[in-house]
Amino acid sequence: MLVLLGIAVVVFGFIVRANPLLVVMAAALVTGLAAAWTPGATPELMWSALLATVASFGKAFNDNRYVSIVWVVLAAIGLLERAGLQERARIVIANVKAATVGRLLFIYFIVRQITAALGLTSLGGQAQMVRPLVAPMAEGAAEAKFGTVPDRERFLIRSNAAAADNIALFFGEDIFIAIASILLIKGFLEQNGITVEPLHLSVWAIPTAICALLIHSLRLWLLDRRLKRALGAGSAP
Amino acid sequence: MITLAHMYVVGGLFFSAASLFSVFDTSNPRRLLNFLFWGLLAASFLAGSFLGDLGNGGLALSLAVVGAIGLGQGKPKTTSPEERRESAVRRGNLLFLPALIIPAVALAGTLIAKQTEWGAHFIDPAQATLISLVLGTLIAIAVAMIWLRPPVLAPLQEGRRLLDAVGWAAILPQMLASLGAVFLAAGVGTQVGHVFTQYIPLDTRTFAVIAYCTGMALFTLIMGNAFAAFPVMTAAVGLPIVVHQFGGDPAPVCAIGMLAGFCGTLMTPMAANFNVVPANLLELPDRKAALNGVIRAQIPTALPLLVANIVLMRLLAFPS
Repeated sequence: MLVLLGIAVVVFGFIVRANPLLVVMAAALVTGLAAAWTPGATPELMWSALLATVASFGKAFNDNRYVSIVWVVLAAIGLLERAGLQERARIVIANVKAATVGRLLFIYFIVRQITAALGLTSLGGQAQMVRPLVAPMAEGAAEAKFGTVPDRERFLIRSNAAAADNIALFFGEDIFIAIASILLIKGFLEQNGITVEPLHLSVWAIPTAICALLIHSLRLWLLDRRLKRALGAGSAP
Repeated sequence: MITLAHMYVVGGLFFSAASLFSVFDTSNPRRLLNFLFWGLLAASFLAGSFLGDLGNGGLALSLAVVGAIGLGQGKPKTTSPEERRESAVRRGNLLFLPALIIPAVALAGTLIAKQTEWGAHFIDPAQATLISLVLGTLIAIAVAMIWLRPPVLAPLQEGRRLLDAVGWAAILPQMLASLGAVFLAAGVGTQVGHVFTQYIPLDTRTFAVIAYCTGMALFTLIMGNAFAAFPVMTAAVGLPIVVHQFGGDPAPVCAIGMLAGFCGTLMTPMAANFNVVPANLLELPDRKAALNGVIRAQIPTALPLLVANIVLMRLLAFPS
């Protein structure tokens, strides 16, 4: 039971708003110590348990470096931003008269969900697509329709651009048979003596994908209504 | 053959540059912290395999401490908004091309490495997407450098600008993956299972499905990652109760259970790469809040979708 203290540390850190990096580190150390603790444990024993925990965390940290390699992409994105990529995205959308924030994000949502379902998850992403292209396009659509957009609505639009990318990705990618989560499920079931085909898992992701599309389309429609109410129907100056 | 090890050198050099340029950026009062943070990360990428487990653990601990003290935002010299607008008008839609090179190469590289025999000699098929993503980035930078003729150090300086915007959140996913390894070694999963089966009434199909799906979402909220929650909750509730006791079909139970976990991912700042990084990148004013704008935009979809998953599992997983 004591090892659950690590989860308690995460929850506590969450509540007191401590820096998540420290919370994760503290949770790891507490868990390692709790697993080694017995009523008769000597300080030397606990010290070596602490070192062993730091070492096993370090090994995992080194093995998981591939998680952080994606940041290299920022060099290319930053370089293009310097040449006006975001501004160009705004100009393009401002020329499409029928574009609204909701409609634009709806189209992006569908494209992102379908491409993710085909395994093309790297076609989108917060650093590669949302910051340089989708968010500026959404802002551009609002500016073309309503003129200047106040900060409150501007940040609401940006948040929704990020949300559309995440939700479409999460509820699209599992339809593809060779995605990490499907392989994880297959591996887990195999360890427990149940063999399933990846295809049989991925078809069960389709009903949820449709629900996600329906729910989020409704929300994007409501977003358009909210923006219209807040900013008025006036055309661009 | 190009492997992940080569990409770690590329990443290490990029983080080294961010670290060194930070020192000379007098506009950032916290520049020494930025220097330390990106420098430690560069050390991990360049020399992690030689540091030993304890050394890497100490490095991760130092990163956490420096990140918690707090990084500043560097302000490398860049173009003004007017210059950017002028360049956008002058260069037209061709500007999108280098940006699209990145996903195109990532996609093509993955397909070539996995589908062709000669490709597998060129790119390590096991890590094809990540390797191709980095290659795509390098090609995009090369094209942009030749075409746009910015200062030579521009990609590194502009990259540092965005890297500082992401800040400490850049390594949270990697830290959480490491925490998952410690949890696994200590047997946290089995203990959570005991708690669940002991204290929560699971005497009908509907209750069992609700407990499993909600448990997936809640545990994902804490761990920031449905992959960490899945083995724990499925071993605790999914397999023994929903599948074995009530006769649920394992394929839909597991597939929909995982998606219930994804609903949790949408609602937690622990899922830093999805929820905190975009808030930082989009410069939202509430990016440091527990429920930042991105998470608030996602909750109204995540909650009804969690209910939808519960209903779907109840309807689809039990052949009548």
